[in-house]
Amino acid sequence: MTLAVDIGHRLGAFLLDVQFKTGSGLVALFGRSGSGKTSIINIIAGLVRPARGRVTIDATVLVDTERGLFMPRHRRRVGYVFQEGRLFPHLTVRQNLLYGRWFARQTKGGDDLDRVVNLLGIAGLLDRRPGRLSGGEKQRVAIGRALLADPRVLLMDEPLASLDEALKAEILPYIERLRDQSKIPIIYVSHSIAEVARLATTVVLLSEGKVAAVGPTPEIMQRLDLFALTDRVEAGAVIEATVERHDETFGLTELASRAGRWKLHGLNAPVGARLRLRVRARDVMLSRSRPADLSALNVLPGVVADIGPHDGPIVEIRIDCSGEALIARLTRYSVERLGLVSGTPVFALVKSVALDRGSLSGPLQAIADRVADTGDG
Amino acid sequence: MTLSPEEWTAIQLSLRVAIVATLLSLPFGILIAMALARGRFWGQSLLNGLVLMPLILPPVVTGYILLILFGRRGPIGALLADHFGIVFSFRWTGAALACGVMGFPLLVRAIRLSIEAVDTRLEEAAGTLGANRLWVFITVTLPLIVPGVLAGMILCFAKAMGEFGATITFVSNIPGETQTLPSAIYTFTQVPGGDVGAFRLTLVSISIAMLALLASELMARHATRRLDIQ
Repeated sequence: MTLAVDIGHRLGAFLLDVQFKTGSGLVALFGRSGSGKTSIINIIAGLVRPARGRVTIDATVLVDTERGLFMPRHRRRVGYVFQEGRLFPHLTVRQNLLYGRWFARQTKGGDDLDRVVNLLGIAGLLDRRPGRLSGGEKQRVAIGRALLADPRVLLMDEPLASLDEALKAEILPYIERLRDQSKIPIIYVSHSIAEVARLATTVVLLSEGKVAAVGPTPEIMQRLDLFALTDRVEAGAVIEATVERHDETFGLTELASRAGRWKLHGLNAPVGARLRLRVRARDVMLSRSRPADLSALNVLPGVVADIGPHDGPIVEIRIDCSGEALIARLTRYSVERLGLVSGTPVFALVKSVALDRGSLSGPLQAIADRVADTGDG
Repeated sequence: MTLSPEEWTAIQLSLRVAIVATLLSLPFGILIAMALARGRFWGQSLLNGLVLMPLILPPVVTGYILLILFGRRGPIGALLADHFGIVFSFRWTGAALACGVMGFPLLVRAIRLSIEAVDTRLEEAAGTLGANRLWVFITVTLPLIVPGVLAGMILCFAKAMGEFGATITFVSNIPGETQTLPSAIYTFTQVPGGDVGAFRLTLVSISIAMLALLASELMARHATRRLDIQ
């Protein structure tokens, strides 16, 4: 399954001009507000007619302005999960879920209701009306409704943007499960680094209507030149790690990664589970020698690989830790005081409690269990 | 309070005229409201003006125009009579037509307002789920405008029950055929000693209007509750 997008479009003074191709997995369209993310998926879904361009899914042409082709939205089989849910208020949850499936009845595929209901944990809501659902429940129903319409591709437009942190944590595991269990490619629009770091297989980074970079998530996240285009405060490296063992006495979990070992507190994942760790650049300290008598539990040896632009007081530095990248944000003063240049051996220090827990991904079961414990599964 | 057979006839006739007028106007009303609310076409304001015209014109003028157009010799009236056997002049059907035309602006206006209040993003969502425009209308738009449609129907019905000027101009005041409640009341007031009859029918008029209003309130409340238990 390949989705190919090559479009040019003008919205007032804003010019959109993007080309990219995506395969399976979850592709994040990532960029600041106003970078053109939503316009792109509106064009894919057929809600907006582009001034110029071509959008195809495999051999199916959705738009081709040169040949004057424009497939109407109801024939595209594109599942769209909107930011605000957009559930039909006059229908029950069950009727909402089955709405698209009724129109897709000619196609052979498509999930069945029970499977989707279980995947999203919405069995208890079927006879309710959308007005009686919480924000998180609404979004899960909206995802189910899109899935049951037998889509070729699933478009999600910041589905978590209107939810608070607790509700986000409630839905994220379901989106991960969807990414891992269904064959449908997902295009996920987001401006949140934490969401992208956790969910995305591939990142398409957008800036002012253009594609700034495309690549696997960890690769994009460690590129210092892109920091200015994303959220610099939240930026950081993405590390893939495996759960090694639990230390019951102190409630710590040890993780193994190429960069070295990590200690994290209160992680409820089974041994062997793979997960992603997002290490924000602002949480990383550097030392030229191995520090002794230090409270920080994570001390990783590495070598300075790259130093970002240092025209301001703040500088980002990429450290190569046995092939895995870590990013540290330091003052330019510190960089000069320590005499850091490319190739300097350093130790990266990260406090366990500073690690971003919100972006921890992977062990679905554990997180799903936690959701169930709160009586909302 | 007992009513004479003639008075009963007038009441029944009025009800029949108003119900037929409302029901037959409804599909056209929805169609035109949809065109006015959503369409972008040349002559839109003209259509809007035309629909609202009966509200502004003196009813006698509307009745007279109907007489010219739909009379036995009128261009439309002759056509309908010759080809479909539908005759309006001096028949209760003509009264229904006059009442329908007079109630139409109220019907369209209420429906149009409720269409404009529909969240078009829901219709977009339905489109991405595979519904073409007709299905979107039937499964999303229509259910969402039910309260407005009901309100419009009640207004149209009430207008039809009270219509006097256009009806009497177009189809006259024939007992048993075109003498509706208002015409009957008018007739009573024109004869000596008719006050009691006029008063009785006035009470009936008020009761029917009150009942219709109550019914519309109930239906609208039910429909609204169904929609936003948000």
